[in-house]
Amino acid sequence: MSEALEDTGETGIGAPVRRREDLRFITGNGNYTDDLNQPGQLYAVFCRSPYPRARIDGIDCDDALAVPGVVAVYTGQQMVDDGIGDLPCGWMVKSKDGADMLSSPHPPMAATVANYVGEPYALVVAESLQAAKQGAESVYADFTELHVVVDLATATASDEIYEGIPNNLAYTWALGDEDATRMAFAKAAHVTTMDLTNNRLIPNAIEPRACLGMFESATGDYTLYTTSQNPGLERLVLSAFVQVAPEHKLRIVAPDVGGGFGSKIFIYAEETAVIWAAAKANRPIKWVAERSESFLADAHGRDHITHAELAMDEMGRFTGLKVQTTANLGAYLSTFGSSVPTYLYGTLLAGQYKTPNIYVEVQGAYTNTAPVDAYRGAGRPEATYVVERIVEQAARELGKDPADLRRMNMIQPEEFPYETPVALVYDTGNYEASLDKALDIIDYAGFEARRAAAAEQGKRRGIGFACYIEACGLAPSKLAIELGAGVGLYESGEIRVNPTGSVSVFTGSHSHGQGHETTFAQVVSDKLGINYDDIDIIHGDTGRMDFGLGTYGSRSLAVGGSALVAAADKLIEKGKKIAAHMMQATPEQVTFEDGQFTLQDSNQSMSIQEVAFASYVPADYPEDLEPGFAEKAFYDPNNFTYPAGTHIAEVEVDIETGVVSLEDFVAVDDFGHIINPLIVHGQVHGGVAQGAGQAIMEHGIYDEYGQLQTGSMMDYTMPRADDLPDFKVDTTVTPCTHNPLGVKGCGEAGAIGSPAAIMNAITHALGIKDISMPATPEKVWRAIGGNS
Amino acid sequence: MKVTLTVNGTEHAVEVPANTLLVDLIRVNLQLTGTHVGCDTTQCGACTVHLDGRAVKACSMLAAQAEGAHVTTIEGIGDPENLHPMQAAFREHHALQCGFCTPGMIMQAIDLIDNNDGLDSQTIREGLEGNICRCTGYHNIVRAIESVANAS
Ligand code: FES
Ligand code: FES
Repeated sequence: MSEALEDTGETGIGAPVRRREDLRFITGNGNYTDDLNQPGQLYAVFCRSPYPRARIDGIDCDDALAVPGVVAVYTGQQMVDDGIGDLPCGWMVKSKDGADMLSSPHPPMAATVANYVGEPYALVVAESLQAAKQGAESVYADFTELHVVVDLATATASDEIYEGIPNNLAYTWALGDEDATRMAFAKAAHVTTMDLTNNRLIPNAIEPRACLGMFESATGDYTLYTTSQNPGLERLVLSAFVQVAPEHKLRIVAPDVGGGFGSKIFIYAEETAVIWAAAKANRPIKWVAERSESFLADAHGRDHITHAELAMDEMGRFTGLKVQTTANLGAYLSTFGSSVPTYLYGTLLAGQYKTPNIYVEVQGAYTNTAPVDAYRGAGRPEATYVVERIVEQAARELGKDPADLRRMNMIQPEEFPYETPVALVYDTGNYEASLDKALDIIDYAGFEARRAAAAEQGKRRGIGFACYIEACGLAPSKLAIELGAGVGLYESGEIRVNPTGSVSVFTGSHSHGQGHETTFAQVVSDKLGINYDDIDIIHGDTGRMDFGLGTYGSRSLAVGGSALVAAADKLIEKGKKIAAHMMQATPEQVTFEDGQFTLQDSNQSMSIQEVAFASYVPADYPEDLEPGFAEKAFYDPNNFTYPAGTHIAEVEVDIETGVVSLEDFVAVDDFGHIINPLIVHGQVHGGVAQGAGQAIMEHGIYDEYGQLQTGSMMDYTMPRADDLPDFKVDTTVTPCTHNPLGVKGCGEAGAIGSPAAIMNAITHALGIKDISMPATPEKVWRAIGGNS
Repeated sequence: MKVTLTVNGTEHAVEVPANTLLVDLIRVNLQLTGTHVGCDTTQCGACTVHLDGRAVKACSMLAAQAEGAHVTTIEGIGDPENLHPMQAAFREHHALQCGFCTPGMIMQAIDLIDNNDGLDSQTIREGLEGNICRCTGYHNIVRAIESVANAS
């Protein structure tokens, strides 16, 4: 363990504190949704469409209802009849001609037509799981198969899936100056062209989705325990849009959640149907996905086809970038499905470079496949993949060192704030610092020797770079709402200093592996000078916290953490008034440091605990001040944060078998200030592993008939321990300029930089322009001339 | 049918349907929810427990097959005040994030230590072949197990 990660007993900002949540997880005392039960609960099993597109002509439930233990069968049509609304997409994207995107109808369970394999159309509830399963097998739906659209490349030229949505296009979105970009290409000294695919991924958090819904008929209260990354948003959507229950009567609890990676952001059919059915049956109902259901019905990620062109002058300076992408949206627009391939993708195409002219056009296409939405990185890995693959290829075509070509095009530290041609203003960065450090750690100069050594073993060794940028903490609300977002992008935080001086902190962020209970306590401890162990972080329960937006897009610390700083500042202000009164001074004469309110130029001071106590027992207390010592804040950032860095991969390819082995991986990231380096390194490791999975293993494949071919962990390959090397992780720091902690966000960077770095390394090793992800042994073997 | 087995040192006689999986007996009948279920194809290892001292995937055997056996689950190896060295090492090395794979990982890791001499990082990685972690990238899991291997 490097020195910086050794436990020193420090608990403030920057200390590698061991996580407090670990104690329950390592002893088997976690509280995941499937660990919870209610007396009298029923078990739900969903009936799912076996067809990728089929009309439902009728559903016969008689046999199912005859199964002993089956209590009821509820259908999609019944939900519609009960006035349950469609599952909404939260971002209205407009086509380049100004037209609103075209949304397909999206009832929670299919009512008249099922549009992908695995789409639920009914649910059976029973006294036991076994009876529910048997019941579900005895539900007979009368399906009429309809023509299907599966292949993304031909989707927009196929018969339409939905009436009124021509060419199966939700939108044709564009960003950038098309004419200026065209002119840049007309003057280019060199143009590099690439056709790239970004493979469909299936998230596979190791905890499958689950929920437990309850209804109290005496009070009209609904409670839904669910595997959600954002219970506040879930409550809003289920009440305001889907109208399952009034918002004030609906409590959503996301207890311990076993990983999300985006897939647990979305509002799904299953929890919607379960909470609705719990009221109908007037019994608690529990549902837990089997892994095969996760494959079919969790939102998938990525799935782009892209044509890109990069124009350069005679020096190799980038003068223009043109990108044409077709993005698979699946059968329905999932909660954020429309925004991922547009605002979270097109806006990142400048990368770390000064490319002055960029134009991107994205066609969002419907297909009869599972909905596609945000998956770790959400749009930014796709953007990085385009930029960093084409830049690497350009270097090869120009005969330049790929590090040098990047360096000469990078935005320089003195050029910030830097406005890109694709709508973002980067606040700060030092891209060469990360590049230099990464080159040093990988021992770039030694590569040729390593390559020669590998060749002697019959292996081809390659090195590849990705100098990525990403945008975290989507913001500000006003701008996002103008651009079509359906909700704000702030976060809530409340700090209650209790009468005894202990602290309860409530955050709208949600932790499902990120360690907020530790890092947020570090922040509050640091700001208020209160013992770390006296601070509790409470999250994931709409019955306890304020409305919040939850955790996605690496926003928790930058937005949720900043909200806590704002709440702490308010507390300090109030504390100064109380302390001033008690020390017979004015608030301006009181300073606050390390938990002590001190009267200037005196030896008088009061601890924050004494002040808190005085506020709850307000005998000697300012007349015009409310008692109590709790403050809340909603923090709305005024810009994104822009983590950036350099990832370098080295691979070896066995030419006999086509097997790619990831030999070395260096990630140097600039996340701004770091609260807990132990956790940050862990986030990078996990992200890189998922990116490596995308590059060399993972692929969600539908056959031409629309059946998912990769529907289990035996068919969909994910990285295991022996597929990966030790990672070399380091950081550089340029603090974010616009949030009080100077932090940027670290959750997704690993998955954003690594696919491009690894694919650049593989193509470098093989001496070929491209091979599509994942670079499986078979594909690689064919690419190097194996017999087909 | 009745299954009699010893779990974490306590003998239980449990009445279950004959097709009950061991993992369901553990989770549902005995309410030991530290053992998790992450898949339906014996791939993820979240359900790993010890059966008569060897790591097994409790999702892929019937409860009846554990008749007369000694089963140890994550709850049986230590508690917050008295952690097993492997539990402590996982925390020390930040070898878990969401924690869902963790009980299975720890049980597998203990099996590796108990049944191998001179574990190095490559043999640890190979020994974790049956356990998937989607969060950590394995780096810190390998460090944690190495630290226990080196101490023993
Ligand atoms: S649940 Fe047993 S291996 Fe996945
Ligand atoms: S810690 Fe989340 S799956 Fe391993």
